[in-house]
Amino acid sequence: MTFELSHFSAAVVFAACASTVFGITQRNTTRDMLRYGAYCFALFVGGVIVASWAMWLLKH
Amino acid sequence: MANAQNTTAVGGRTAKTPAATTSTMTILAPLAGWLLPGLGHFIQRRWIRGLLLMLAVFIMFFAGLGMQGRVYAFNTGDLLDILGFVGDLGAGLLYFIARAMDWGAGNIQRAVADYGTKYIVVAGLLNIVSAADAYHIAIGKKQ
Repeated sequence: MTFELSHFSAAVVFAACASTVFGITQRNTTRDMLRYGAYCFALFVGGVIVASWAMWLLKH
Repeated sequence: MANAQNTTAVGGRTAKTPAATTSTMTILAPLAGWLLPGLGHFIQRRWIRGLLLMLAVFIMFFAGLGMQGRVYAFNTGDLLDILGFVGDLGAGLLYFIARAMDWGAGNIQRAVADYGTKYIVVAGLLNIVSAADAYHIAIGKKQ
């Protein structure tokens, strides 16, 4: 079974899985886990968007 | 020696103290967590955390295979290939099953296959982090 993901969707799936593990393992309380997981997810996806625009600007 | 310290005589029989259970769990939890993602949390009754960790690692690993990523075999070649093998090995049983089933041959003609290779490596690394977390719960450093 193979499937095709776009660059962005691949980055979002990666961010979701990594953020879940980081949130659970790096914090002690449920509330902190959720907050840290969301923070990591936002940084992952935000980093992808910033890097994408930076590359677009470099090209143009 | 540790077992001798952790057992007490109760009515002529020896009974395990909580310290002995903790000592066993400190070995069992990370080992189980490495072998099967989330199992280290399950055996310590952290059901939801274990399930979420299992889902995260499984999704990354199988998404990597679905994208035709490469599963590294043991090698003594290029440094990045050796590190790839070490990362993949972190997935425990998933890695051995993938090798046994001959999954993860890789496909250099697809750009997204390289993402798949990274997905599989990161799934292994995240599983190692999860196993370390199971160990921290076992020693009481974390709830």
